[in-house]
Amino acid sequence: MKITEQEVHSVAEIARLELTQEEGQKITHALQVILEQTEALKRLEISKVKPTVYVLPLQNVFSEDQLDKCLTQEQALGNAPEVEKGCFKVPRII
Amino acid sequence: MSTEYEVVIGLEVHAELKTKTKIFCSCPTEFGGEENTHVCPGCLGFPGTLPIMNKKAVEYAVRAGLALNCEIQEYSKFDRKHYFYPDLPTAYQISQFEFPICKAGYVEIAVNGKKKKIRLNRIHLEEDAGKLLHSGNSITSSQYSLADYNRSGMGLIELVSEPDLSSAEEARTYLEKLRAVLEYTGVSDVKMEQGSLRCDANISLRPVGSSKLGTKTEIKNMNSYRSLQRALEYEIERQREVLEEGGTIIQETRGWDEEKGITSSMRSKEEADDYRYFSDPDLPPIVLEPAWVEEIRASLPELPDAKKDRLVMELGLSEYDADIITGSRALADFFDKTVTLFNEPKTVANWVMGEYLRLLNAEGTEVQESKVSPEKMAALLKSQATGKISGKMAKAVFEEMFMTGKDPEKIIKEKGLVQISDTDALGEIVEKVLAANPQSVADYQAGKEKALGFLVGQVMKETKGQANPGVVNGLLKQKLTD
Ligand SMILES: [Zn+2]
Repeated sequence: MKITEQEVHSVAEIARLELTQEEGQKITHALQVILEQTEALKRLEISKVKPTVYVLPLQNVFSEDQLDKCLTQEQALGNAPEVEKGCFKVPRII
Repeated sequence: MSTEYEVVIGLEVHAELKTKTKIFCSCPTEFGGEENTHVCPGCLGFPGTLPIMNKKAVEYAVRAGLALNCEIQEYSKFDRKHYFYPDLPTAYQISQFEFPICKAGYVEIAVNGKKKKIRLNRIHLEEDAGKLLHSGNSITSSQYSLADYNRSGMGLIELVSEPDLSSAEEARTYLEKLRAVLEYTGVSDVKMEQGSLRCDANISLRPVGSSKLGTKTEIKNMNSYRSLQRALEYEIERQREVLEEGGTIIQETRGWDEEKGITSSMRSKEEADDYRYFSDPDLPPIVLEPAWVEEIRASLPELPDAKKDRLVMELGLSEYDADIITGSRALADFFDKTVTLFNEPKTVANWVMGEYLRLLNAEGTEVQESKVSPEKMAALLKSQATGKISGKMAKAVFEEMFMTGKDPEKIIKEKGLVQISDTDALGEIVEKVLAANPQSVADYQAGKEKALGFLVGQVMKETKGQANPGVVNGLLKQKLTD
């Protein structure tokens, strides 16, 4: 599998990462090496292995529909860089 | 010759679940509340917190799925849907992508007497986002936004239809049907005005006979059944004009502007790949026990379609009346309860469809908030049935009962509303009226039937409306032909 510099830049864009041309080249190369290593998996016999999503054998971990304490507004906003009218103040995004 | 187009619509409906707590934490789902007070480290997306699935939300999703004829999936799991927008503090929404909890359902709708099956592709569980308030006059003029996360993490089900709807009216009817089913099953408040029921539409046109779907647009911001229908009607015409002029439809999201009555472009639709879905490692999968699913199935109430059939087949109501009465569970329950106390379904239906709905609409109240109970309604109808009060009086009593919640007997007494059915007492008044109106008597005897109505009116006037019109009618006829 081959990864292109263009793919790296478009992934960076949707992840809101700013990459210079030079960084793009570097990362493309690094990712290419990683992808080549995962190629090794293709040589393994895995036809009898089920796809694994979770590493722990858990299922149906539920909570009951019961209220618990919330934070106060002051606590909730405690770490916010900017606050206004009881809300987190964030840059405008369209 | 111009091309004939056919309309293809699919709806994505979000319903807020009526659980006490949010879907992955123990914060309340109550509407309103001061900004950022229904929040905890979990729904604020603080590092180190873990989501835990609310069992009731799973039950509600299964309930909705069963009521909508879905195949309940034994295995389902959660995925993260990534996007950058500060309405969710984690920068992803927990949703179900690959393995939703319900698949392949349907509902039946009737438009202009024609029945049609609308298929559901899936129902999946997800969390709601917070609310952003924009400073300044509009989103474009504001310099920053204010985030309130009270709603963030509330449990939702998203119900995705197949593109089976072929008009704005069908879309509206389908949404009303979903609303009714979700209300009956008690899984959601389904109030469009409060946002506990929301709807987006995918819509495209294609030449009649073409098997290929046209390019679709997604319509948002429709906050009522009426705006859904208006928005889709507008969008159908807009697309038709573009196509007729030889243009092409751009795949995009368009917002409905209720005031201007138009849709306009919001942003280009992101491709599904851009959301970079992957399994949420913090939430183990749901594996439903068949016994639990059966238990939920057994607890389902009578659903709108079954209720409607019963009203038509067993109680003799018209399809139209039964449709309206079963359109909301609260109204249907009110009707059912009243009929158990006053066993004349058609009379009850006439009152519910007439005076009751008229006043509910005029006052903008809902059945649940109304001061009229089935007991009071039945007591009023009994007073009318026994002839104690006339139909006209009953309407006046009902109106007062609706406004004040007083018992009908009390209102009847207070107003001195007693119908005079006594033939001796009425006989005297009838004689008096006949003596005072010789011309009308002559007219009637000459064959002018209309004169009788005038004479009845005069007797009613004399008795201040308290005479029993049926008795008066009989007495007059008898005396006039003597
Ligand atoms: Zn919370």
